[in-house]
Amino acid sequence: MSGALVSPDLFTLCKVLITGIMKIQSDAILASAPVGSPVEPLRGIAYFLMEDWFLTFNAWMIAITIMVTWAAAIQLLTLMWMERKFYSRLQDRYGIMISIWSLPFWPFSWWAKRKNKPTHKGLGYLQNVADGVKLLQKENITPATADSAMFHTAPVLIASSTVMIFAALPFSEGFVIANVPMSLLFILAAFSLAPLGILIAGWSSNNKYTLIGGMRAAAQLMAYEIPLLLAVVAVLMYAGSLNVIDIVHKQELPLAMAGPIPIPSWNVFSIPQFIGFAVFATAMMAEMERIPFDIPEAEAELVEGWLTEYSGMRFGLVFGFKWLRALAGSALVVILYFGGWSGPVFLTLAPSVGSTVVPIPIIPHEVWFLIKVYLLYLVFVWVSWSVPRVRIDQILNIGWKRLIPLSLLAILLAAGLAAFGPALGGVR
Amino acid sequence: MVEFWVNMGPQHPMTHGLWNMRVKIDGETITDAEPEIGYLHRGYEKIMEVREFQKNVVLTDRLCYVSSITWSHAYCLACEKMMDVEVPPRGQWIRVISLELQRIASHLMWLAAYGPDLGLLTGLLWALRERELFLDLLQLLSGARMNQNFPRIGGARNDLPPDFDKYCFKIIKHFREKLDEYESLFHDSKIFRMRTEGVGRISRADAINWGVTGPNLRACGVNVDFRRLEPYETYDEVDFEPQVWKGGDGGDSYARFMCRFNELEESCRIIEQAVKKIPEGPYRAKAPRRAEGEGFARTEDSRGEALFYVIGDGDDRPYRVKIRSPVFCTMAATPIMLRGYKMADVVSILGSVDVCVGEMDK
Amino acid sequence: MPEVSGTEEDVMSKLPAEFPGAIREIRVTRPKVVKVVIDRKDLLPVCSFLKTDLGFEHLSCISAVDWKDHWESVYHLYNYTTGTTVQLNAVIPYDDPSIESLVKLWNAAYYHEREAWDLMGITYRGNPKLERILLPKDFRYHPLRKDFPQETERQYISRRKLKTGGR
Repeated sequence: MSGALVSPDLFTLCKVLITGIMKIQSDAILASAPVGSPVEPLRGIAYFLMEDWFLTFNAWMIAITIMVTWAAAIQLLTLMWMERKFYSRLQDRYGIMISIWSLPFWPFSWWAKRKNKPTHKGLGYLQNVADGVKLLQKENITPATADSAMFHTAPVLIASSTVMIFAALPFSEGFVIANVPMSLLFILAAFSLAPLGILIAGWSSNNKYTLIGGMRAAAQLMAYEIPLLLAVVAVLMYAGSLNVIDIVHKQELPLAMAGPIPIPSWNVFSIPQFIGFAVFATAMMAEMERIPFDIPEAEAELVEGWLTEYSGMRFGLVFGFKWLRALAGSALVVILYFGGWSGPVFLTLAPSVGSTVVPIPIIPHEVWFLIKVYLLYLVFVWVSWSVPRVRIDQILNIGWKRLIPLSLLAILLAAGLAAFGPALGGVR
Repeated sequence: MVEFWVNMGPQHPMTHGLWNMRVKIDGETITDAEPEIGYLHRGYEKIMEVREFQKNVVLTDRLCYVSSITWSHAYCLACEKMMDVEVPPRGQWIRVISLELQRIASHLMWLAAYGPDLGLLTGLLWALRERELFLDLLQLLSGARMNQNFPRIGGARNDLPPDFDKYCFKIIKHFREKLDEYESLFHDSKIFRMRTEGVGRISRADAINWGVTGPNLRACGVNVDFRRLEPYETYDEVDFEPQVWKGGDGGDSYARFMCRFNELEESCRIIEQAVKKIPEGPYRAKAPRRAEGEGFARTEDSRGEALFYVIGDGDDRPYRVKIRSPVFCTMAATPIMLRGYKMADVVSILGSVDVCVGEMDK
Repeated sequence: MPEVSGTEEDVMSKLPAEFPGAIREIRVTRPKVVKVVIDRKDLLPVCSFLKTDLGFEHLSCISAVDWKDHWESVYHLYNYTTGTTVQLNAVIPYDDPSIESLVKLWNAAYYHEREAWDLMGITYRGNPKLERILLPKDFRYHPLRKDFPQETERQYISRRKLKTGGR
């Protein structure tokens, strides 16, 4: 397993990087403005550049940018592409296929004169970028009778609360911006801010349909927060800490040996946690507003539900952040139940720099994390595109009457096994 | 909470076609409903009085554009009754084949529309994929995929193409395997049953009183299929079962869905038998140009009972044509099906009733 | 065992016996089809007799025909047990196009009568909501009448239509 190799914290890396860059700049300025020259006041800038709070601030900015770019931009695109391809194959068709060679400018127009231009035999990865650009160039319409302040605040609330999740969500032990002691609590709290934004959006659009959609969304999301949190409590009985990294560490110990391969003690392999996993996954599908739980934005009845009145990039923001929440949700499931980023890293000890041996992992932890998140997300997509929608009162029925008792049962069993498990011979 | 009227339509992803459903909701429950139709009224009965009898078939095709042969055939039957024209047996069998192919295509279109209504977006693509095969068969038979202008007064437009039976058997064999896939997608899905069972119930007496016919009536347990009650063409020589809901209390969306879905299998059986039993001979009889008298014909359309009442007064154009559309009558009964259910059930109920606005608005 | 009522022999025999003066004409036009011509004042009694005693529980269609010297409201009734159709023509004088509504007996008449009023202009007394159903709510004419001009008289008339004399 991961063993001795721990990649340094993202913040520490950025701090080192920034310190190096600032030192070079500062030395250059100090060298070019010696004491006694007419440009002596420039030395003040050099001292300013090396100030600690300045360096920390820049390091934080760069770390946040890296994380948000990585998560929001690249992961989001990949997730959307993967979903579109997968469900298209479920529907017996190829899916998005326009290749990058169909762009009309150089260097892609080099193919323009060839007869068999492979414009429709591509991956279609940039299709989502094209959709985003299309949304950018549309007109942002605000209904005249809508509550303007709230109408504009709601997408901002949803988007910002979703991005806030990634402040504490780690992609591996080092790839995290803020490793606070109770990070799980923070993540779940940021997750739960979005229903407020949805309700505000539905209400302020001054439209019967959006009002109904907003009310339904509020009822559904509130009902499913509770089993979500109760299932997490069951995990806490085993992990003993609210820190996400500690929860993953606890799942790295081997559970049993199947031949030469050790089976790790992921939470999903234990009985109460399995129940908790079922509850958590269902509640997470409802929180992500996926079919079968997407009645609030049910196309067939309410056009787009609570986001009917949004157009242009405001719509794109809200619509796209549904996928970001899906990413965060799947990441949470993987961290809590599937051992997070732990996996065999396959270190190679060959390269050596000077006298130290620099181990290079073949499959680093981040890659394991992404593999697990994508596979789990594919299962969610699979379920989503194979079943019809559940009606709102049936959704609330399931949430209140079926999931909460199950999660309470999971807590009970987890508490019992955590206390008496070692005494009963290591039953998990 | 205050009750208010919500317009579902005329521009709405749910309503297939252009009509407006006004529902009065109290919270989430529907207390009253009122359909508003007439957005697609084209004045058929008036313009059919200026065209010759045979040329009206082009118009009747476009009444319900999803299942066009059944409507033109009903009109041709009414004209034949008025003119006393006898269709030769081969013409009758060709008509039966084309009718059943069109019925399957129409039901598949309904299935493709019903799935996405409920959230099952995969159902759209699977049903349309199979519909393409049957549209290929119809194109082989008549030259066009939709609005084929195929039935003639006195028979059919052309004979069966060579090797038609081989293509029929191949496609029906493939289709039967796909029907199992649809079962796993639709009926075996617990969520689908939750959405459709017990929803939109209409009692037997109400259904007969309001003039509901077709699969909607058979879902209430009434064994009425005009292909058996009033056999036209050669339906009395074909072995098939009218799909009646035999369970406890029917009349809900699930019963309507099952009755209509099972008709797909029955139509396959009819086509297989018809293609084997078809005799040789002429396929079209000569119809007179001028006619006097009146005649009416009722057929079992994909959606219910389609009745044409044609009056001629000795001219080569009809004097009066009256079109009775099954969806028009079922639309009158929808407020009964909707009262008391939730707003999210509107899609499930109206989708199971299979509305085609072209024939409703004439 | 109750005999099956509602065959065409039943109709031919029982209906003139029940309403001696009202039936103007009754004959079997085709197998299982009986055509009955009555005056408009006898509509409700005849229809309730057909529904309750002879078991005609399905009202297929209500048509309105303009014969230029009288109107006719044509009802097609169907019996599910025997498969008999009764085509009931109710004759209405030309200067007073109104007749009783059948909504009390069959609710299916509701939409059909609204359509007949909309397109032909025959008033059905007793229909709960006699309004325009297919045409716009503020349309002023009844287009299916014979004095409402046909498309060949209203639009561009091609030479072919002029030669054949479109009506």
